[in-house]
Amino acid sequence: MLINHPLLGPRDASEFVYKGDAALINRPDPDAPDALEQFIDYGYLRDNPAGAHRELWFHEQGDRSWLVVTRNTLTHEITSVELARDVARREGRSK
Amino acid sequence: MTQVNRLAGGLIDRSRTISFRFDDKWMKGHPGDTLASALLANGVRLMGRSFKYHRPRGPLSAGSEEPNAIVELRDGARREPNTRATTAELFDGLTAQSQNRWPSLAFDALAINDRLSNFFAAGFYYKTFMWPAAFWEKLYEPIIRRAAGLGSLSLQADPDSYDKGYLHCDLLIIGAGPAGLAAALTAGESGLNVILADEDSLPGGRLNAETFGLGQQSGSDWAAEATERLAALPNVRLMTRTTVLGAFDHGIYGALERVSDHLPVPPEGKPRQILWRIYSRRAILAAGATERPIVFENNDRPGIMLAGSLRAYANRWAATPAPEIAVFTNNDDGHRTAQDLKAKGVTVAAVIDTRPDAPKGNGYEVIAGGTVTNTSGRLGLTKIEVTDARGTRRTIRCGALGVSGGWNPNVSLTCHQRGRPTWDADIHAFVPGGTLPEGMVVVGAANGRFSNHTALTSGADAAAQIATELGHSATRPDLPQAEDTPLALTPFWHVKGAKRAWVDQQNDVTAKDVKLAHQENFVSVEHLKRYTTLGMATDQGKTSNTAGLAIMAEVAGKSIPEVGTTMFRPPYTPTAIGAFAGRARGKDFRPTRKTLSHFWAEEQGAVFVEVGMWLRAQWFPRAGETHWRQSVDREVLQTRRSVGICDVTTLGKIDVQGADAAAFLNKIYCNAFAKLPVGRVRYGLMLREDGIAMDDGTAARLAEDHFVVTTTTANAVTVYRHMEFVRQCLCPDMDVQLISTTEAWAQYSVAGPNARKLLQKVVDPEFDISNEGFPYMACGEITVCGGLPARLFRISFSGELAYEIAVPTRYGDAMIRRLMEAGREFDVVAYGTEALGVMRIEKGHAAGNELNGTTTALNLGMGKIVSANKDSIGAVLSRREGLNAPDALRLVGLRPVDRSKPVPAGAHLMTRGSPVDAAHDQGYVTSACYSPNLGHSIALAFLKSGDTRMGEILRLVSPLTGVEHDVEVVSAHFVDPEGERLRA
Repeated sequence: MLINHPLLGPRDASEFVYKGDAALINRPDPDAPDALEQFIDYGYLRDNPAGAHRELWFHEQGDRSWLVVTRNTLTHEITSVELARDVARREGRSK
Repeated sequence: MTQVNRLAGGLIDRSRTISFRFDDKWMKGHPGDTLASALLANGVRLMGRSFKYHRPRGPLSAGSEEPNAIVELRDGARREPNTRATTAELFDGLTAQSQNRWPSLAFDALAINDRLSNFFAAGFYYKTFMWPAAFWEKLYEPIIRRAAGLGSLSLQADPDSYDKGYLHCDLLIIGAGPAGLAAALTAGESGLNVILADEDSLPGGRLNAETFGLGQQSGSDWAAEATERLAALPNVRLMTRTTVLGAFDHGIYGALERVSDHLPVPPEGKPRQILWRIYSRRAILAAGATERPIVFENNDRPGIMLAGSLRAYANRWAATPAPEIAVFTNNDDGHRTAQDLKAKGVTVAAVIDTRPDAPKGNGYEVIAGGTVTNTSGRLGLTKIEVTDARGTRRTIRCGALGVSGGWNPNVSLTCHQRGRPTWDADIHAFVPGGTLPEGMVVVGAANGRFSNHTALTSGADAAAQIATELGHSATRPDLPQAEDTPLALTPFWHVKGAKRAWVDQQNDVTAKDVKLAHQENFVSVEHLKRYTTLGMATDQGKTSNTAGLAIMAEVAGKSIPEVGTTMFRPPYTPTAIGAFAGRARGKDFRPTRKTLSHFWAEEQGAVFVEVGMWLRAQWFPRAGETHWRQSVDREVLQTRRSVGICDVTTLGKIDVQGADAAAFLNKIYCNAFAKLPVGRVRYGLMLREDGIAMDDGTAARLAEDHFVVTTTTANAVTVYRHMEFVRQCLCPDMDVQLISTTEAWAQYSVAGPNARKLLQKVVDPEFDISNEGFPYMACGEITVCGGLPARLFRISFSGELAYEIAVPTRYGDAMIRRLMEAGREFDVVAYGTEALGVMRIEKGHAAGNELNGTTTALNLGMGKIVSANKDSIGAVLSRREGLNAPDALRLVGLRPVDRSKPVPAGAHLMTRGSPVDAAHDQGYVTSACYSPNLGHSIALAFLKSGDTRMGEILRLVSPLTGVEHDVEVVSAHFVDPEGERLRA
């Protein structure tokens, strides 16, 4: 597979390490009253879609960017690649 | 033996004669021959024995689809089993052995299996060797493996090397037949960056096997000229002897180039094969078609082969299996074989055409509406029995029979992604269907269009279209006039009533087996395949799948497309494991990393151990020490008595800088870091988000906004990855930067009561490292040896007064020598990882054995350090009820009641008198050693409610090592429990 790195252009998937569902960016609020339930959901429950899947890849053999890659699990078609940091900011994460 | 069946003409080099050996016979051939063509020319049709029934077999084909003529090629360590004689290029001195026969190819004792074939039908093994289960592995399987099998391995290391390479192109063209050559000329002359790959040594594909003219030239001459034109184009890379093995995602293809397989041994410095990864923007599949046989009684005798292959042997290799041949066909193409061989002076006894309206013969008899109903000849075909349209039987003498059931487009590579071949009722064959690999176009015969004219034009059209799409102006070459005969074929799959009629010759699957599978309700084609093993041999059923499907369709009363098709997977042809391994063999499987004290340690005679990729000194034997324990005990005692030095460079080191560095560490460590003063170090425990301990280490605060974090050796990479995840994905606005500096610093632990005295000789005098000026857990940037910048950390894994001193990597070798020199007056000792391990167990420090991916801070006895006042990774889930049960495992120390006994790691703990089973398990030993300070074995263990069971006597049980004796639960701090030495 080729991943079109937003900064470096197309790179072979073998340069990357896969982590999984990009929902891992949405770490729950530890102070929420139901924090435990939310963290169990966050830590253990994953969607397993047949189709578009947003997932985290780490460019370990490269510039060490974490990327959010939108990949079709049926065809491996990659429709979007973004820096995870940009996605995280957009989704409201800060410090 | 002479070349009795050598014909005139051909594309072989008759100016040279070369010798080769098959089994114990030396024979002659010519450059340009394959092993199969040379054997046929020498009158040898029998080349192997079949897999299950040990039936005598000869080549069915003239290419890589070959199921039968598989041999062991070469001798000694280079012996390669299961090599297709039809693709092995002949070289002078080639040696080959037939396989799967004993004692000889002509007389094979296990041919008895053929007589017992009624017992060996599909499913025989599943039904027979069911009971008792234990017999399968010990008795049945070894016997079956010996009887049924392929070639044998040399059992020696492969002496050759294999490379991996990476190529990029605009257009990859797979197959250099007429379609591929036309495509390459078009794309190449249009300026595209082109790779043209073909498995054959000679470009041209079927043009080299046929007598068609192209324009005024012969097909092979046109191919040779086109090849020359391509060779002159710098933007075209022509790769012969290169098989495209697989089509992968995003236009990536795998290809194997056989660099040296046509030579006796690879030239000096050359690999045997190269596995290429080809990144292409577009691909044209021009892989041609594979002829398929008709299934009839005893259709597997040596001499019976595909009609097109008979033609290829005659036209390209000037060889025939026999001076007298016949043809069995359901289409006009079969008649070409008769014409071509007749033109070469071979006697054509008859053409048996299943079609009542068969064309007339041109100087040979045609039996229209006839079928071949049996054959004879024990080790090679001698006669065929023909039944004509009226049902009259007659016998025809012939030594070879060309069989043609039509041609199957070679769709293999279209299936490697999501393609599903579809049935084309016009040509009675599967053609590429479904979603093809991204960017792939299929042309010529591979797309089900069989004439030379369509091959040339479809190849050129596709290439021109791609050139335009990629922004080039397409230049079309002049293409020659070519044959454009329509396909004339009436489907005919198998002769009815045949019993011992082979569908899959390599796996010995008969028409009867296919029917049996249906009878036993294996409805799906995938089940048929697995039950009968049809198409599961090394040839992937290239010549057998369609006939199998047709027979299944017939017995099921369905059409072929209703039955479906099986899929092809990579690799296209069998590929040596060595090619996939490349240079990553033995010690080169992964890099070996050496610390900067390595050469010094070697000089001391150190014994090394691999830790991750690192080589670390395990112990340093001295003269007279005959057992490792003597060395390790000495290193431990001398360190605790005076001073010892250990290389700790391999620990991961991560530089953390930025205004939010402290906040960041607060997030990744479960314990508090925000208030750590500058110039101090703190132990840190990192949890995974699920609350399980991930790694531990120290963080030293060198400045308000600058920390140095250490990780364990094994987790250096994963901890760094995790920290980047937290930084980029969870805390994107934190002002913090990370960089791994593991390789930037050589670091040594100096431990023992004389550690300070030793270091004072090295550290420049303006730096106060007294206990008051540089107390326990202090850190700082200093200079040593008269101005060399260094870092000093007062941390201790051994439990002694200890420092870790770091210098820039290039001074690592000098530093160990200087430290050892400075320590001479204290009788300093170098210690390795074993002594390090003993001392940390004596101190009760957790390490990898305890941080084993199942343990929490609570288990480790560090429950209290998980800060409740801040958020950190893993904090929430570490508070889960299940991880905080009252009987949770706790880290404890153990000592044997009988002090002479060992305490093996991995042993389990039981209360006295309880049964020894999992239900009564109380815990387990994680780390154990002999403590030279205490004079007996000690261990660390996880024990249920261990913190409340001090002094309890438990039973230590290790059925594996036969250990069962009593141990006492004690504190894990065996040495200096108050930590006075640390602070001295």
